[in-house]
Amino acid sequence: MAKSASSPRPSRPARTGRPARSTRTGRRSPLASVALLVVGLLATGGAYAMFTTAASAEEGGNASIATADKENGEKLFQANCATCHGSNGEGTNQAPTLLGVGAASVDFQVGTGRMPMAVQGPQAERKPPQFTDEQTKDLAAYIASLAPGPDIPADEYLTGKGDVTEGAELFRINCAMCHNVAGAGGALTEGKFAPSLKGVSAAHIYEAMITGPQNMPVFNDQNISPEDKANIIAYLTYLDEHASPGGLDLGDLGPVSEGLFVWIFALGSIVAITVWLTAKSN
Amino acid sequence: MADHGSADSGTAVEIIATDPGPRSAAVVPTDRPQNPGFPPERKRVADLDPAKEKQQERRVVAWFVLGIVGAVGAVAAYVAFPLDTHGAVDPSTTRITTLLIGLGIALGLFGIGFGAVHWAKSLMHGHDLVEMRHPTRGTPETREKAVAVFTAGNEESGFSRRKAIVGTLIGALAAFPLPGIVLFRGLAPKEDANDVLRHTMWKKDTRLTRDPSGTPIKASEVTLGSAFHVIPEGLNDSEHKLEEKAKAAVLLMRLKPEDLHPSKGRENWAYDGIVAYSKICTHVGCPVALYEQQTHHLLCPCHQSQFDITREAEVIFGPAKRPLPQLPIYVDDEGYLRARSDFHEPVGPSFWEREH
Repeated sequence: MAKSASSPRPSRPARTGRPARSTRTGRRSPLASVALLVVGLLATGGAYAMFTTAASAEEGGNASIATADKENGEKLFQANCATCHGSNGEGTNQAPTLLGVGAASVDFQVGTGRMPMAVQGPQAERKPPQFTDEQTKDLAAYIASLAPGPDIPADEYLTGKGDVTEGAELFRINCAMCHNVAGAGGALTEGKFAPSLKGVSAAHIYEAMITGPQNMPVFNDQNISPEDKANIIAYLTYLDEHASPGGLDLGDLGPVSEGLFVWIFALGSIVAITVWLTAKSN
Repeated sequence: MADHGSADSGTAVEIIATDPGPRSAAVVPTDRPQNPGFPPERKRVADLDPAKEKQQERRVVAWFVLGIVGAVGAVAAYVAFPLDTHGAVDPSTTRITTLLIGLGIALGLFGIGFGAVHWAKSLMHGHDLVEMRHPTRGTPETREKAVAVFTAGNEESGFSRRKAIVGTLIGALAAFPLPGIVLFRGLAPKEDANDVLRHTMWKKDTRLTRDPSGTPIKASEVTLGSAFHVIPEGLNDSEHKLEEKAKAAVLLMRLKPEDLHPSKGRENWAYDGIVAYSKICTHVGCPVALYEQQTHHLLCPCHQSQFDITREAEVIFGPAKRPLPQLPIYVDDEGYLRARSDFHEPVGPSFWEREH
């Protein structure tokens, strides 16, 4: 910055030296404004499309906790988790204890790729899981054997079928303030955020509610019954399967993306039309 | 007025009459800016080439035809994609119907607009000309006539002579809006607004219940890290449910008891780490419920005010001025959570009669 500010640009004095020509060559073609506008709109739209498609899909598996190999889970734990969580899962000053977090917590954190953490940050982020579904269940079985905790939910609550209306009301009261009414996620404090719930498996949604991962509060079965949790999952499944009736949802982010759209496209069109209106016909 | 030289129609030249200036002026300005006039007219392609003129004409026609197509298309879309299929509104049909109708109507209007503008720009006469401003003042005859009309009206009606009539007329005009003022005043809430803002539905011994089911909450059900959205018992049966809920909504959280730092006199407002705070932001009244269970911060989604639950919801960031009011709670013999009293201060944003 300092360099560009101190060194004079050679083109400036050259232009002032020929004032007669600059009046003709300085005028851009009216098409140049339109072209610039189109390029800008395409670049913005393209960048937006890239961001929205960047979210990776991941699926909860079918391996059962009942048939899981606890010994294999212990080996995996010692190799991958014990450095931070302690050799018996008792926790260290770098990571919390895993005693009593339950199989549900392990299945959520490892199954969504949040654990093992790639890097210390405001919060562990979702990424492609590092372990197979079978290995995840083995780990979960091992952690569950250390101390009792919430179990992996039963399949009957994970069908995605239920009372969508009831689920929507519960979602609006308990979840929407952080995760957005359409489950699109939202910002929290200091770099933390409530993630988008689009495409998250029913099991992981259920497990998040009963374990309260990271800064999410716990919604235990006395607060929201398993049937109501199934209703909430039914609502989210409904959102996944039905497009917004209002047309483009722009990521369901509300005034931020809608405002951006209006500022760029609507105002852009008005500017383009105004330029065309006042330009002389050739 | 200065004598304007008349400009020949169609040219840009305005003839400036030499103004000798006021007689008292000591200096006669000689260097006043001269009107340079318009640059020579640039002929458009349509002016020079009859083939191009024909082409421009076709473009205008094309725009108007597009306008017709749009308007008819909107009607066709309305008929072809009815919202009501088999007695039920299908959201996916709504999407295509509204899109096509909107596009059709927009094309109908834009076709007219773009066609008209293109017509004016490329085909109508394109030379520059000056139109002088007309004086707005009437002629002396017109002005005298107007004054005579007013004078005659005043004499014939006796408006300025008959004081009693004019006085009562003004009185009647002043009295006319009075019923309106009284009736509209009657639309204001019956209760004293100040009183309404100071109290909520919470009373001594009101049970804390879940939102929206209204089932009572036991202290044992609120496990560590939990957040419950709470309404007072009986809210669902109250007459003005939403008004009451807007004031009485509460967030219930359980922290480790050692994380709480109650001030003097508020030690018994919590139960074993369970605390209840008003969900209504003290800034402009948004529901504050973004609870981070590790940092124990509550975030308001509207303007990013942050409240620290470990320090009695003290404001640590954002535009809110006061901490969230705490609802004092206790546990009854059956284990249910109950309110000790109403909030000790008004919930929500400040209002005029509030002292602080």
